[in-house]
Amino acid sequence: MLKIEQLSVRYEQKEVVHNFSFEVAKGEILSIIGPNGSGKSTILKAIARMQPYNEGTIIFDGQNIRRLSSKDIAKKMCMLSQKNQAPTDISVKNLVAYGRYPHKKWFERLNAEDEAIIDWALEKTHLTHYREKPIAALSGGEAQRAWIAMALAQRPQILLLDEPTTYLDIAHQHEVLELVRELNHEMSMTVVMVLHDLNQASSYSDKIVVVKDGQRAQVGTPEEVMTEKMIQQIYRMEAEIQYVSWDSAPRIQLKSTVKAWEEIGCKKKLILSK
Amino acid sequence: MISTRRSRIIIIVTFVLTMLAAIVAIGLGSVHITIPDILTTIVNGRDNDSMYTTIIWDIRLPRVLLALILGANIAISGALLQAVMGNPLADPGLTGVTSGAAAFVLIIILANPEFTHLIPVAAFIGGLIAATIIYALAWRRTGITPITIILSGVAVNALCGGVIGFLSILYSDRLPSTVQWMNGSLAAKGNASLHMIYLYAIIGWIVSIFAIRKANIIRLGDQVAVNLGENVTRIRIMLSILAVFLAAVSVAAVGMIGFIGLIVPHMARMLVGSDYKYLLPMSMAMGAIVLLIADTGGRTLFAPLDIPAGILMSVIGGPYFLYLMRKKVF
Repeated sequence: MLKIEQLSVRYEQKEVVHNFSFEVAKGEILSIIGPNGSGKSTILKAIARMQPYNEGTIIFDGQNIRRLSSKDIAKKMCMLSQKNQAPTDISVKNLVAYGRYPHKKWFERLNAEDEAIIDWALEKTHLTHYREKPIAALSGGEAQRAWIAMALAQRPQILLLDEPTTYLDIAHQHEVLELVRELNHEMSMTVVMVLHDLNQASSYSDKIVVVKDGQRAQVGTPEEVMTEKMIQQIYRMEAEIQYVSWDSAPRIQLKSTVKAWEEIGCKKKLILSK
Repeated sequence: MISTRRSRIIIIVTFVLTMLAAIVAIGLGSVHITIPDILTTIVNGRDNDSMYTTIIWDIRLPRVLLALILGANIAISGALLQAVMGNPLADPGLTGVTSGAAAFVLIIILANPEFTHLIPVAAFIGGLIAATIIYALAWRRTGITPITIILSGVAVNALCGGVIGFLSILYSDRLPSTVQWMNGSLAAKGNASLHMIYLYAIIGWIVSIFAIRKANIIRLGDQVAVNLGENVTRIRIMLSILAVFLAAVSVAAVGMIGFIGLIVPHMARMLVGSDYKYLLPMSMAMGAIVLLIADTGGRTLFAPLDIPAGILMSVIGGPYFLYLMRKKVF
């Protein structure tokens, strides 16, 4: 579905993404994780043509995306940023309607089919009752759902999400991720997302790519990737991997940062509560 | 939330009010003309030898039409610049587009009066250069912040002010003829100015209709626009050129009139919301009526003194600008 080969991105002199490759199959959920500034979001932006890249190829559906027109890509791929600002007085329905825009020629208006898709997107995101409300009147979680609804109205085959849960409380985080999973199950929508929370990445992904300093550190299923060693290497944190009865995915329990303190030669030692 | 039905009604009412105001304005002046007389004189055409024919057809009607057209132009220009720069302060006057156009027009009026027919072209080029400088100075990856827009506007305005000052000293003998123009006066413009600009204005308005969708997309933010398959840079350039064109047309005709591009779109936004489908026609109607009121007020309030509309707009616009600042609009 989507194949990234030897991608490199440079900001001025500095290389922020180096020789990065990964692949997502149709219907898969892939999460990109890594420390701050590791280049996770840059990779996603390069795929979504919001960030020019210097080397490498991005192949979407067997075609190099550089050869496709931006509008054609917009019919099949959609990216959602971590924070979106809309004009505050736009109604939920009108915002979602913009998702139909790539499918329309410049003189075309919305037809019955578009309206049906908009209704469907609102229903999927449980926003039918908020249809006429202005975006400004929604809570953070509802607003994020409205943006997802807009993305759905675009009818993409692949959805790119840049930290979709960052500004939300835990209940709304859960809600958004459940929605992503639902869309993935019901429509076999392919999802590539950047996540900060390791447990969320573990629970909701088929595949995880770990990024460090712009390079691919690891790739694999949550079971393969989420190891104590990986967390030590990537985040310099001590952790323990546990399994719980209600989730087959590994769960990460963080212990302390003592090792990290020692490594940088800091005299002050934290006392471990054992 | 402003319903679309309400927005439509407000726009229609504003257009009707503008028409009525235009008829009333034709009647006002040293010779008062009643509304029935105005209507019969206009309906009978200019070859009719009514006592009001000359006053209406040669003086008042062209002046009123000029005010309507130019007010609409500047307001649309401001609304478009605000979409393109993602900033409610983007007004052709504050950003320096107007003074860039004015500097170039003065180069012709003062230094090369034999090229008078090229005034609209010069205004357009001057405006474009000013807009380019603003982008070069103020543009960041995320847009233009209110502070950078004001600072670069100060820089561009100072630069153009320098050019204008230099020209004034160099050609001080020809200066008196340009004082009215530099202050945005619609006096004694008559049919010549109207003929010079009406075609450009109509072209600008027609193109603006096609700009509505693009303006709406771009106000969602760059990332969303790209996501929807748009070429953001291209939209920005096209809409900026259109906005500069509309502003330049009015500078070419009557000189510098400030604040309409700032105040009118803001008031329009409060009345019909930020959807350009409604905001643009509303700005057009309100811009027309605001400049008409400023011009008519200028020529009647202190009669026989004819205060240029540009001066009146500055007197109203300055405090309004401060009011916006207090309300934390930006």
